[in-house]
Amino acid sequence: MQIDLRTVSIKPLRHTFDNVARRIGADKPASRYQEGTLDMQQTANFHYRPTWAPEYDIYDASRTAIKMADWYAFKDPRQFYYGAYCLARAKQQETAEANFDFVENRGLAGTLPESVRDTVLKLLVPLRHVAWGSNMNNASVCAYSYGTGFSQPHIYHSMDQLGIAQYITRVGLLLGDVQTLDEGKRAWMEDDAWQGLRRFVEDSFVLQDPFELFVVQNVVLDGLLYPLVYETIIDDVLSSQGGTPVAMLTQFMTDWFTETKKWADATVKIAAAESAENKAILGKWLTDWRDRAAAALLPVARIALGDRTDEVMGEVVQQFNARMAKAGVAI
Amino acid sequence: MDMQVAKKKLGLKERYAVMTRGLDWTPSYQKMEDIYPYIAYEGIKIHDWDKWEDPFRLTMDAYWKYQAEKERKLYSVLDAYTQGNGHLNVTDARYLNTVKLFLSGISPLEYVAHRGFAHAGRQFPGPGPRVACLMQSVDEIRHAQTQVHAVSNYNKYYNGMHDFHHAHDRVWFLSVPKSFFDDAITAGPFEFMVSIGFSFEYVLTNLLFVPFVSGAAYNGDMAAMTFGFSAQSDEARHMTLGLEVIKFILEQDPDNVPIVQRWINKWTWRGYRVLTLVAMMMDYMLPKRTMSWKESWEIYFEENGGALFKDLARYGITMPKCAEHIALEKDHLSHQAWSTFYNYAAASNFHTWMPDEDEMDWLASKYPNSFDKHYRPRYEFWREQAAKGNRFYNKTLPMLCQTCQIPMIFTEPGDPTKICYREVDYKGDKYHFCSDHCKEIFEYEPEKYVQAWLPVHQIYQGNCFPEGTDPTVEGFDPLAAVLKYYHLENGRDNLDFEGSEDQKNFAEWRGQATKNI
Repeated sequence: MQIDLRTVSIKPLRHTFDNVARRIGADKPASRYQEGTLDMQQTANFHYRPTWAPEYDIYDASRTAIKMADWYAFKDPRQFYYGAYCLARAKQQETAEANFDFVENRGLAGTLPESVRDTVLKLLVPLRHVAWGSNMNNASVCAYSYGTGFSQPHIYHSMDQLGIAQYITRVGLLLGDVQTLDEGKRAWMEDDAWQGLRRFVEDSFVLQDPFELFVVQNVVLDGLLYPLVYETIIDDVLSSQGGTPVAMLTQFMTDWFTETKKWADATVKIAAAESAENKAILGKWLTDWRDRAAAALLPVARIALGDRTDEVMGEVVQQFNARMAKAGVAI
Repeated sequence: MDMQVAKKKLGLKERYAVMTRGLDWTPSYQKMEDIYPYIAYEGIKIHDWDKWEDPFRLTMDAYWKYQAEKERKLYSVLDAYTQGNGHLNVTDARYLNTVKLFLSGISPLEYVAHRGFAHAGRQFPGPGPRVACLMQSVDEIRHAQTQVHAVSNYNKYYNGMHDFHHAHDRVWFLSVPKSFFDDAITAGPFEFMVSIGFSFEYVLTNLLFVPFVSGAAYNGDMAAMTFGFSAQSDEARHMTLGLEVIKFILEQDPDNVPIVQRWINKWTWRGYRVLTLVAMMMDYMLPKRTMSWKESWEIYFEENGGALFKDLARYGITMPKCAEHIALEKDHLSHQAWSTFYNYAAASNFHTWMPDEDEMDWLASKYPNSFDKHYRPRYEFWREQAAKGNRFYNKTLPMLCQTCQIPMIFTEPGDPTKICYREVDYKGDKYHFCSDHCKEIFEYEPEKYVQAWLPVHQIYQGNCFPEGTDPTVEGFDPLAAVLKYYHLENGRDNLDFEGSEDQKNFAEWRGQATKNI
């Protein structure tokens, strides 16, 4: 038996906006993701060309080599509009806060073996600069890409990376102090181990093609870095040496990568499925930048992995290749 | 195992510094000018990006937490409002036309602001301004989306909003707000910050965003009111950023002062011209008025803005001279605008009407120097004509100002009986302007403003008909073709409120919801 609450029911004239109805194929109730995303970016009758890039329109699909018949083919499997995004991150933030509290209140940082703590600080702290670079690159993709379906997730990603840089900073402060952060920056600027990665990041700053930048930053670099550092070194290798508290402090990053790679994969898949030309371009970008990223990460991985570095790196690259093959680009 | 020594707690300011400032570095593998290619060409000189004072020290974890809390509240109010047929509680169905104006004219601008701040944030080398800009960028997509979500339910029951994105890019008067933001985002990153961050968000917000939200509150529109109030703390952050930007740029180098002054002059005027739509909304479209346009200009610009410019005087910034012109127009602006829309109601996405007797008296009391003398007789005549079945919809097209894109409807400053015309010859063509200020803006950057997509010119050139239209066939009706191009349905989305489907449905539904018929 169900209770039957009654409300005054009025027959609506229509169920959603026309542009949404055209895209979902009928006038039927649409989701907040759809109404908040589809056709949000202006497409026609722009008044002026950017004084900073007069060769382009304000929003211009020709900024990238990737060609799409419809840029709204890109859909975020997480259905993130601002509200859904913030709610998801607020929840993760709560978990992160609880984890930091747990480690701090029980003095778990002090229980870490010194070797583990040193390794973590050496490896993790300079990565705040990599996250900062990603914050900038994702702002770039958001600003210069075409269609809200593709551009929107990048502003969220950009803010996420700022958040990650700040979580790493907190780990540095918890396990070390302000000097630890300075030392991390010095290593980032000067130590040989970091120069390949810093060069990679700085080279990504001057890329002009927003889709290529998405591939380089969010697919390739994060696609190797996160499995290597967070999933393998912290969650696995260091945990087995008594470093479990560290894994608690970086849970945000691990969960974040698991979530965001679904979107990155879906995006690669849609672009690759569009045409053989797209697939070929993606294949070239993925291969070239994967090789560079893997080489740049190798000395960084060695900080924690020593002799096992080549073997682990090889596995990470293998996993990455398999991931891309599943997304439709064999590399 | 070593004992952990109690660590010195970082102060709030120090802690925020390591959370942002410490993150950047000076690159050495790529040149600064290749990474940040757009920061020099406007002539603004920045010597020390670290002098930027962070106006709000918000780390991302706190941001997510606060914003999620606000989103939760906002969407639960929207859901409840929808479920309870809240739309039937608005003062009068005429109010919905304000919602149409807002959704098609203003919400798309929030989206442009989102992309513009992403661009500015990407281009500024300093971490302080970058973080502030990116936070504003993500806030702005929030505003665009919450507005669409708040209005979504109105669209299900009322006309005129069903294809608002399409309308924004095409409908004649919507080129006024659209060209304003296109102008800002195509300017350099510093000018963008002065135009949107300072002039728009700081100087003019109380005249643009606030009247819509207050209007919603006064007229029973819980949906728009709730997103407005929910956006308030974001707006407060944006205003602080706007002011910080100006101070930072001005303090960096004295050579920046004249450049910034020119931008402030330009954007105050550009912004004010967009406010024409708000002025008319306040004085004519809200069934329950909050205050008159003139009062709001006096409080928010003349008083508050006056204090602001006094404060900026120490940097060498003065009140834009257009303020004198605006003071002369404040008795006329809304009336001239509403008269124009009443004329062109056949080509608009909302309904028009003539004020009733009470409303005319209200207008006369708020505008004792102008209403009874210049506008009441005109309205009475139109009302009489409409009553006799002679409602006249103007179907010819007006000349537009090349800069603000408003039809040339404004009168000479100080003489409300004479239309103000200005013109400039440039490379063999003649360009028309509504005022000295719009003319001056054009003259400074003619190569930019000759590009303007003027709706009237475009219609005459045949660019605003559906594909495949043959304008040479016998009996061709240009207005009908233009409405098709706009995706507006003649007789439903346009014309007078009196006799509209909105009017009829609202009355019927309200009856259904409140009486036992």
